[in-house]
Amino acid sequence: MEQDTIAAISTPLGEGAIAIVRLSGDEALAIANHVFSNKDLTQVDSHTIQYGTLVDPKTDEKVEEVMASVMKAPKTFTREDIVEINCHGGMVSVNRVLQLVLRYGARLAEPGEFTKRAFLNGRIDLSQAEAVMDLIRSKTDRAMSLALKQMDGRLSQLIRDLRQQLIETVAHVEVNIDYPEYDDVEEMTNELLKERAQNVKNEVHTLLRTAKQGKILREGIGTAIIGKPNVGKSSLMNILAHDDKAIVTEVPGTTRDVIEEYVNVRGVPLRLIDTAGIRETEDIVEKIGVERSRQALQDADLILLVLNGNEPLTEEDRALFEAAKDLDAIAIVNKTDLNQQINMDEVREVAQGSPVITTSLIEEQGIDELEQAIADTFFDGEVDQGDLTYVSNVRHIQLLEQANEALDDALESMEMGMPLDLVQIDITRTWELLGEIIGEDVSESLIDQLFSQFCLGK
Amino acid sequence: MYEAGRYDVIVIGAGHAGVEAGLAAAKRGAKTLMLTLNLDLIAFMPCNPSVGGPAKGVVVREIDALGGQMGKTIDKTHIQMRLLNTSKGPAVRALRAQADKVLYQQEMKRVLENQENLTLRQGMVEELLVEDGAVKGVKTETKACYYADQVIVTTGTFMRGKVLIGDIEYQSGPNNQRPTITLSEQLDDLGFDIVRFKTGTPMRVNSHSIDYSKTEIQPGDEVPRAFSYETTEYILDQIPCWLTYTGEVTHQIIDDNLAKSAMYSGAERGTGPRYCPSIEDKIVRFNDKPRHQVFLEPEGRQTDEVYVQGLSTSLPEYVQKEMLETVPGLENAEIMRAGYAIEYDAVVPTQLWPTLETKKVDGLFTAGQINGTSGYEEAAGQGLMAGVNAAAKALDKETLILDRSQAYIGVMIDDLVTKGTDEPYRLLTSRAEYRLLLRHDNADLRLTDIGYDMELIPDERHERFNHKQELIEAEIKRLSEVRLKPTDDVQQTIQDKGGSPLKDGVLAVDLLRRPEMTYETIVQLAPRDHELPVEVEEQVEIQVKYEGYIKKSNQQVDKMRKMENKKIPENLDYDDVDNLATEARERLKRVRPLSVGQASRVSGVNPADVSILLVYLEQGKHAKVAANE
Ligand SMILES: Cc1cc2nc3c(=O)[nH]c(=O)nc-3n(C[C@H](O)[C@H](O)[C@H](O)COP(=O)(O)OP(=O)(O)OC[C@H]3O[C@@H](n4cnc5c(N)ncnc54)[C@H](O)[C@@H]3O)c2cc1C
Ligand SMILES: Nc1nc2c(ncn2[C@@H]2O[C@H](COP(=O)(O)OP(=O)(O)OP(=O)(O)O)[C@@H](O)[C@H]2O)c(=O)[nH]1
Ligand SMILES: [Mg+2]
Repeated sequence: MEQDTIAAISTPLGEGAIAIVRLSGDEALAIANHVFSNKDLTQVDSHTIQYGTLVDPKTDEKVEEVMASVMKAPKTFTREDIVEINCHGGMVSVNRVLQLVLRYGARLAEPGEFTKRAFLNGRIDLSQAEAVMDLIRSKTDRAMSLALKQMDGRLSQLIRDLRQQLIETVAHVEVNIDYPEYDDVEEMTNELLKERAQNVKNEVHTLLRTAKQGKILREGIGTAIIGKPNVGKSSLMNILAHDDKAIVTEVPGTTRDVIEEYVNVRGVPLRLIDTAGIRETEDIVEKIGVERSRQALQDADLILLVLNGNEPLTEEDRALFEAAKDLDAIAIVNKTDLNQQINMDEVREVAQGSPVITTSLIEEQGIDELEQAIADTFFDGEVDQGDLTYVSNVRHIQLLEQANEALDDALESMEMGMPLDLVQIDITRTWELLGEIIGEDVSESLIDQLFSQFCLGK
Repeated sequence: MYEAGRYDVIVIGAGHAGVEAGLAAAKRGAKTLMLTLNLDLIAFMPCNPSVGGPAKGVVVREIDALGGQMGKTIDKTHIQMRLLNTSKGPAVRALRAQADKVLYQQEMKRVLENQENLTLRQGMVEELLVEDGAVKGVKTETKACYYADQVIVTTGTFMRGKVLIGDIEYQSGPNNQRPTITLSEQLDDLGFDIVRFKTGTPMRVNSHSIDYSKTEIQPGDEVPRAFSYETTEYILDQIPCWLTYTGEVTHQIIDDNLAKSAMYSGAERGTGPRYCPSIEDKIVRFNDKPRHQVFLEPEGRQTDEVYVQGLSTSLPEYVQKEMLETVPGLENAEIMRAGYAIEYDAVVPTQLWPTLETKKVDGLFTAGQINGTSGYEEAAGQGLMAGVNAAAKALDKETLILDRSQAYIGVMIDDLVTKGTDEPYRLLTSRAEYRLLLRHDNADLRLTDIGYDMELIPDERHERFNHKQELIEAEIKRLSEVRLKPTDDVQQTIQDKGGSPLKDGVLAVDLLRRPEMTYETIVQLAPRDHELPVEVEEQVEIQVKYEGYIKKSNQQVDKMRKMENKKIPENLDYDDVDNLATEARERLKRVRPLSVGQASRVSGVNPADVSILLVYLEQGKHAKVAANE
């Protein structure tokens, strides 16, 4: 009945290793297929699962390896076509997937909207209607307070400024239209409008770029623990996470895949990634794990490089330092309770200015210093909270992307020499979209602006 | 008291709203009575002697496409006409005419007199006859009782009107007509929410006392123009307006006397419109402006009165005089009528259904300034709609509600009944979210069929309209089939227009889409074998050139319509809908929207409330099905 296709993350945030993006609506298959590379999802049987890679068709960039469940109407939860995309990579990747499908035609679902559709399409019976309404109310209230919390004060100020620029421009065009006889209001020119639109577009663009960093803040700084086998990486993970999730044994090569954990270190959110010890190996499973570790190292924002103080620095250690060269890194010399074989001067030299911390994870020594070093890197380093304005809410990002498109349309129309009152349609749209981000009511404010900015009347 | 007759519809007032209401009701076949204070002042213009302008001019065309009168009358009685915004896009072009005020009234009166089913009578209505929440008729001052189950009140600024000039104030309608007191009090007693609004008008001066040499001439267009799609005779002999300016000295005088202005003396006053500020407002709010425009507009061919647009004021008469002395060209101007402000009662319009019937009193309709609007065109548009709907109710015919994508009239009424207004409401193009669809050039395409269905458009006109539509379609089809080859001739023409040469053959429509191309050029390249009327050519050009934008707007309209089509029963008990936010519930109870779409526009209702409402309504439907099984 409602034609548009909605999408949302349908696993609770932060729970479970697998996260699902769910699409529902007439276009669900088409949209999923558009970004899915291995198979034609529109042709597969209903209620099957397909393995494949998501690719952004505009940039050809690989986004994620996923499993997609295809379920065709009417035997689905909403009685509409549904595609569920399962991603393994935690919150960051599931967010990326969501944004991808939003970019290619889906609309972010309102709170409780899947259930609402299920009901409206007759899937849920009457006795449950009350529950549906409850759900909508409570989810909306929660989503609203959440969105508000995620709204950084600087961000809303910035958006407000952009909107002010836009509305002054729009009011100017409007006043030329509604009061053509007034000669004391100069005509808005194509050049001026273009300049303003371009300005706002630049800002929106910057915001979208920082959106990536915004995610870092919310989802945690990607922090990879790397090191040779058996140096104590999993032990470090467990200590920082106050948890025994990673298996610790004396057998080198215990950890064979990437393990993720969200932790908070002195107010800094980390997405800790324990990796398989990196070494040349013949074991197939371990080989894949090692490959993933290298990948993790590349995606990470911060590296914790663990060394064993009980043995001298090896070529493998030096290779790891080399791999982490351009990244924020902290070197950790572990097992200080044992006999020190490592030459600390050598370590400092290869660390090239990165902090070097000594620990005994078994005796829980040096943990404070390590935590402090992590916090310092974050607050003094490149990921500085103070300078950047973050956008992290998916809805906000979608609105910004739409605003960006509307501005593109406006600029293109100007290029084509369209009259200003048509160009202005897209400018007004941008203004409305930005307004939705900060939850501002749009109805009367344009008219208010018109009469406060210009002197009109008989 | 005596029994004076029974009618289907009674219209109180013969201003701009009343006239259209009476005509529309009578044309639909309702036996209609119009009562008004003074038969010599029918469709009187108490302010600007002008009709149209951006948005408003489009409304006049909409009225015309719906079979109304305003366009036809102004076409016959104007002293000059101009097409505005010609340098801008088609969506915002509009006509404005300066009216011969007196002729306009006379012409309107003649039209009313000749309308079948319509009785015109002078008289002041003193009381509405209301029984059990339904209107039964009206009683006049002279004790005549007229009966009808449908009554339309269009009493304008007369409701407890009060004129203000400096420290002088007295109860009065506009231009020293008698105010309407008892009717206004009765509405109060019936439980209607009433607001107090105000507006003002500038002085009129004698043309002989103006030194026009110090002003700039503002002529009408040389091309003949008309509002009505039926007009065939044009007025070519036009009279110019003139432009002059206030200056620093003028502003000083106003500033010095501010405390003497009725509106600035500190007394509590009704709310005035921001878009028509008095000169006092302009000086106070924009004190950095060194000068303000003053347009001198003749009020007609047979009078020397000139309307001084830009100097609306409620300063004392002697200050008005001092002010004029500082304006170039007006140094010796003789004031014939002083400017004044007027305060009046208006009904809070959220108390109305979109048909303009009041929710409180069955069969009672209100239209025009009484609904919180300002402007002749706004009044006329509402009058027509109220007339159509009152007749529909009387004769058990189809009612008419226009939506926001169909007409500015629809935008206005939806705004009024859904959001209300806290100042006198005027139409602006920016109030319409689909203004590209609500153009001045396509009002007939949007509304003639509807006017025909409502019996307001005669057969002959409808046939002509159908023919026009066929011509447009045929020509667009032709251009979509003609392929232009990159011949020397074609390349040369394109180059002359500043376009880049063709690489390949191209369809004529696609070439027309290029910004530098006009229909005229395309026809040179792709000649047709028959002549086409200019309006048809214009439509072809607009529809082709702006197709992309029009499509985009249409998609938005489709979305809106989906919500508009989900109906809400008139008597829905919102207390029964759990989970609505308290504020939303209160607002919805007051407005009682007729569709989910309308509900979503009520301020304070957010998307979650709309979802909850949808689920609730669906639940009702399921319940009904269950009960029937
Ligand atoms: C001083 C002044 C300044 C204005 N300035 C502006 C402006 O700047 N811009 C603008 O857009 N608009 C302005 N207007 C408003 C414009 O004149 C009105 O919007 C328009 O005329 C309203 O039309 P109407 O049909 O609702 O009411 P009106 O044209 O006022 O007609 C009311 C009719 O009701 C009749 N009537 C009243 N009471 C009774 C009764 N008890 N019994 C029988 N008949 C009755 C009257 O005789 C009259 O015919 C101004 C009006 C005034 C008075
Ligand atoms: N003496 C001593 N032993 C430690 C210390 N930290 C870790 N170990 C031991 O070293 C062994 C390997 O530790 P893990 O944490 O599994 O090492 P890893 O780097 O994850 O190893 P792989 O996953 O196999 O690559 C275990 O037996 C730990 O108990 C330490 O500070 N001192
Ligand atoms: Mg391990």
